[in-house]
Amino acid sequence: MISRTSHRSTRFERNLATREAPWVKWTLLTLSLSFFALFLILPLVSVFFEALRKGWEVYLLSITEETALAAIKLTVLIAFISVPLNLVFGVAAAWLIAKHDFRGKQLLTTFIDLPFSVSPVIVGLMYMLVFGANGWFGAWLVEHDLKVIFAVPGIVLATIFVTFPFVARELIPLMQAQGRDEEEAAVVLGANGWQTFWYVTLPNVKWGLLYGVILSNARAMGEFGAVSVVSGKIRGQTNTMPLHVEILYNEYNFAAAFAVASLLALLALVTLVIKTWVEHRASSHFNATHMVPADVNTLSPRVMP
Amino acid sequence: MLFKTRRFKQLVLSSLLTLAAVGTSSGMQAQDKTLLNVSYDPTRELYQEFNPEFARFWQEKTGEEIEISQSHGGSGSQARSVIDGLEADIVTLGLAYDIDAIAELSGKLPPDWQAKLPDNSSPYTSTIVFLVRKGNPKGIQDWDDLVQPGVGVITPNPKTSGGARWNYLAAWGYALQQPGGTPESAQEFVSALYKNVVVLDSGARGSTTTFVQRGVGDVFISWENEAFLAVNELGPENFEIIVPSVSILAEPPVAVVTGIAERRGTLDAATAYVEYLYSEVGQRIAARNYYRPRHPELAAPEDVARFPQVNTFSIDLFGGWQKAQADHFSDGGIFDQIYGL
Repeated sequence: MISRTSHRSTRFERNLATREAPWVKWTLLTLSLSFFALFLILPLVSVFFEALRKGWEVYLLSITEETALAAIKLTVLIAFISVPLNLVFGVAAAWLIAKHDFRGKQLLTTFIDLPFSVSPVIVGLMYMLVFGANGWFGAWLVEHDLKVIFAVPGIVLATIFVTFPFVARELIPLMQAQGRDEEEAAVVLGANGWQTFWYVTLPNVKWGLLYGVILSNARAMGEFGAVSVVSGKIRGQTNTMPLHVEILYNEYNFAAAFAVASLLALLALVTLVIKTWVEHRASSHFNATHMVPADVNTLSPRVMP
Repeated sequence: MLFKTRRFKQLVLSSLLTLAAVGTSSGMQAQDKTLLNVSYDPTRELYQEFNPEFARFWQEKTGEEIEISQSHGGSGSQARSVIDGLEADIVTLGLAYDIDAIAELSGKLPPDWQAKLPDNSSPYTSTIVFLVRKGNPKGIQDWDDLVQPGVGVITPNPKTSGGARWNYLAAWGYALQQPGGTPESAQEFVSALYKNVVVLDSGARGSTTTFVQRGVGDVFISWENEAFLAVNELGPENFEIIVPSVSILAEPPVAVVTGIAERRGTLDAATAYVEYLYSEVGQRIAARNYYRPRHPELAAPEDVARFPQVNTFSIDLFGGWQKAQADHFSDGGIFDQIYGL
């Protein structure tokens, strides 16, 4: 996508009729860049600045301290459980919606978007109402000594809910754009449903899928609101990294709070880099398979000039 | 055709392996016994110091290794969590009403829980004082000065914060005890006070951050322990504590959640834990963390010397917490009438 748009914009630039006056261009550019610098880059830099204010030793100490390590491990564990589940749900849902017609399709699409429109705090409270001690299944859970709320399962559930749309939302437009031609061809050639999915559909969307997984992972690790409600905030046990940051901040332990926050910021930066790379791969892959008809059979991604 | 690109395969595989490695290493190690103390915000430092001391004491006494976990938050929301199933062996909250709520709504505590331990089940007390900026530029000396025009007051919301309820009742009690004071004049005074509130945070720690970090407001009505902590942690050169002529005796209670502790088999340890707060070690740690010990003779004299003399009245002035809550902080109660205006 990137290469195509940039190509188009240069042509746009060269054309006298569509070109803006230089001062308009530069004003807009300065305006947007300074906005970014002020509201995005500066706060991000300040996180790292605050984290390292008391030196590397304090920094390392605060992220290797016992409760911080427990928070990091828990956060990774949550992502490790919720992201693969979302991957499966997301691919299944996207495949159904993009490649099939059935009754209630519109409804399913709406449901997939639901987590985007529900406030994370409400998500937490919903699970509380269902699994809390006074919730629908509360008595049964207590009787069988099962812990959902204020334990890892509750945090996983809340995380899955808020990250649910990322994979599906990424795949649906991609699959729809690719159409059903290749699948139909596969079926005509004698492939069964599973083979069609595994050998045709999935390879076509793998970069988009990876993109969705990365976004979903970033959100899973960074979620605060929903997790905060169901966590119980037990130090070293049910504190995720974002919760740990808040706790440290409230303890006037600013250096440690920003140190853990810088890890999350670092995660965001790494996500951004991988995302850009994947986007680049995906667009060249898309171009390779769909823009040039002769290349339809060479599915291995090739970088277009 | 499937995932032919070697690099893609490698990428997926390596990331899965990394995750698996981290995932498996995070298994929790088993302990002999664990206790969970669900507490309110300002006690973090206190229990951080007390828990290892108790673990040492318990091991010496019984030979059992014990691990104590802490959870902190606003007093009311922490009580809510216990009612919703947070497995607290011990609750150490900001006011008796919150533990009453647990007893009433979950039945995991007997209704007379507050009589199980000495001194209303409060091993330490505190009071409500004012934190002002260095040099006291607005000349604040007593409650009267808080209702002067142009004075920016910081206090949390009494609907959500236990500390804020103590603040509110302290102001009310002051007005009531003035010559010619009546409930009407008290309500008028408290209304005027809340007209001067510039930020109504949801919890005590949030208010401290607003006043101290963000520099908002002229005076912060605060727990004494919180005010001491803010001054010492964040700069004695920036703040001063002002003690009003009269204030409330704040009693943050502690209790064993017997219903939970019995089921988890921790009743003995949990009971010893709350009792240990009354011991010399407990009292010393409380005083060091700016809580007024019930037995000052057990604490370090230099810690006790930091506490100024304050004339206090207790919650009994309001007929106990149940009545105070119903009159002032329930929906449609006096606070709603004041703040709705």
